[in-house]
Amino acid sequence: MRNIFKTSYVQDIRLFEHGGHVFWYGLLLILVFAAPLVLPQFFVGEMSLVFIYAVAGIGLMVLTGFTGLASLGHAAFLGIGAYAHNYFVTKVGVPFPFALMLAGFVSAGFGIAFALPALRMTGIYLAIATLAFAVIIEQVFSHWASVTGGFRGVAVAKPNLFGWQTTTEVHFYYICLVVLIVITLGTRNLLRSATGRAMMAIRDSEISAQSMGIHIARTKVTAFGISTFITGVAGGLLAHKLQFISPEAFDLILSIQLLLMIVVGGLGSLHGCFYGAIVVAFLPQFLSLVKDVLPPSIGNIPGLQGGVFGLILVLFILLEPYGIYGRWRKTRLFFEIFPLYRRATFKRQRGYLKTERMK
Amino acid sequence: MTSPNGALLEADKLTIQFGGLRAVDQVSFVVKPGEVYTIVGPNGAGKTTVFNLISRIYDVTDGRIVFQGHDITRVPAHRIARMGIARTFQNIELFEHSTVLHNLLIGRHCRNRTNLFTEIFFTPGVLRQELEHREKVEKIIDLLELQHYREQIIANLPYGVRKMVELARALSTEPTLLLLDEPASGLNIEETDDLANYIDDIKNDLKITILMIEHDMRLVSRVSDRVLAMNQGRVLAEGGPAEVQRHPDVVRAYLGA
Ligand SMILES: Nc1ncnc2c1ncn2[C@@H]1O[C@H](COP(=O)(O)OP(=O)(O)O)[C@@H](O)[C@H]1O
Ligand SMILES: [Mg+2]
Repeated sequence: MRNIFKTSYVQDIRLFEHGGHVFWYGLLLILVFAAPLVLPQFFVGEMSLVFIYAVAGIGLMVLTGFTGLASLGHAAFLGIGAYAHNYFVTKVGVPFPFALMLAGFVSAGFGIAFALPALRMTGIYLAIATLAFAVIIEQVFSHWASVTGGFRGVAVAKPNLFGWQTTTEVHFYYICLVVLIVITLGTRNLLRSATGRAMMAIRDSEISAQSMGIHIARTKVTAFGISTFITGVAGGLLAHKLQFISPEAFDLILSIQLLLMIVVGGLGSLHGCFYGAIVVAFLPQFLSLVKDVLPPSIGNIPGLQGGVFGLILVLFILLEPYGIYGRWRKTRLFFEIFPLYRRATFKRQRGYLKTERMK
Repeated sequence: MTSPNGALLEADKLTIQFGGLRAVDQVSFVVKPGEVYTIVGPNGAGKTTVFNLISRIYDVTDGRIVFQGHDITRVPAHRIARMGIARTFQNIELFEHSTVLHNLLIGRHCRNRTNLFTEIFFTPGVLRQELEHREKVEKIIDLLELQHYREQIIANLPYGVRKMVELARALSTEPTLLLLDEPASGLNIEETDDLANYIDDIKNDLKITILMIEHDMRLVSRVSDRVLAMNQGRVLAEGGPAEVQRHPDVVRAYLGA
């Protein structure tokens, strides 16, 4: 096992814990920046989708993974971001980066407006409320034709950066990558300071969070605001990626995909967003390959893709609740301390009775 | 700062009704600065409920709570820590998925002065604040000898250590008054002796006033300046530890008569 000798508190606060991290993240950064030079166009396009999903995943992770509030309606915020971004770019003429930020703010406005009354609910009730919200928003997309183009949808042009018209998948790849890096760093900063700790405290015990001076309602609304801001920004990018947006692009399946992403990746870790995004972005490709191999009677079942998504979600919740990131940490520890690894290392101890636990 | 009558905390005819049950009924007592004041009584007497009233988790049906001369009867729960009242819970309410260090840093929340926007950019001001929190927390880790557990996840710690972590988290808020709900329950004899020493340190070195609920009479006699006995929501007796234990009503309550 790696034993890090600490000589200063700053070491625990820094962005990277030790030199090894700096090296590996630096290498990763070089790789993703160099990738478009060698990858085929199609793959570059798929990677930008991974980046967009990862941004959206970070958005949902802030709410569900770190604050413990489930949402089944985050596709609506992607949609709000997408329509708002396109509106600001085409109808108002706002430059691309500012339009993207405005899209985030519009989405956050809706998120906060939803959260203020809805946060009296928790758990499954909140999840159902978010679902209802998403259904309503989808109706708005369909009927507010002057902004959204109604059922017929609207075409979205390629981004224009202060007069420079981007043209290729590679240009877009870099835009998505930069947005992802900015969002990741901002979120990471938040998580290592007081607001992030407050969110995690609420996730684990509201009653003691309150007694530590955390304003529960305000922190939850903040989490909703940040989460929907990030998801809105992802929506703005997604609009360009799809090139054409219509209400059915932001349906329940997309919300479930987002949830699948953070559960598969690993709830409560930023790394999880990236693993999950890769899985969700490539799964449809993989499924269509598998479909060709399967007998038509199975391969052509309607809703196969949604079914597989649902099945994976359930299997992960049952078998690997800490997701891919959790599995990776276990595997790494296994090799680090081989042959001392005990199967029970990551097993949680039997919980103590909480008979008098307050609601 | 104290009330004109020299009290740090004053409970005045506290009453709370749950449906048909008066869990706490006209309970009055005064905690003086610097003392260890202990509430005893059989299970269901209403002791924890008194704590929940003081930490404003429940609203009183009737009565008043005065802390340092301020009426806190209607102050929202999340402001209590900042006013200087910290607590532990009878059934340990730690943040289970986080490390010991992280739990104690959450204890610092009520002393935090950064805002969302500076945090997103992690400005030098935020860094300075984080270091300040860390230094405060390390002092408490040293005091309660938790160095060994600093980086461990709560869910993997034994019960006795968790109790100490909860005490440490309460101390991280820099309280004037510390509420301890059955701090010795579930601890073995050595751990209880350690606890008694820690309570002495907290009282004498940190100058923190302690209001405690406890069943272990050996511990109560050793650390308490004054004791209040309750049963069925009412006050039975108040006085020195030995005096209260001898009180006929208290003896009867414990025998279940
Ligand atoms: N939230 C609540 N709702 C209803 N009854 C409660 C509630 N909290 C406590 N009580 C009741 O109040 C009485 C006192 O409980 P408590 O203060 O926990 O006793 P203890 O002295 O053992 O700490 C018990 O009868 C308990 O069932
Ligand atoms: Mg109790």
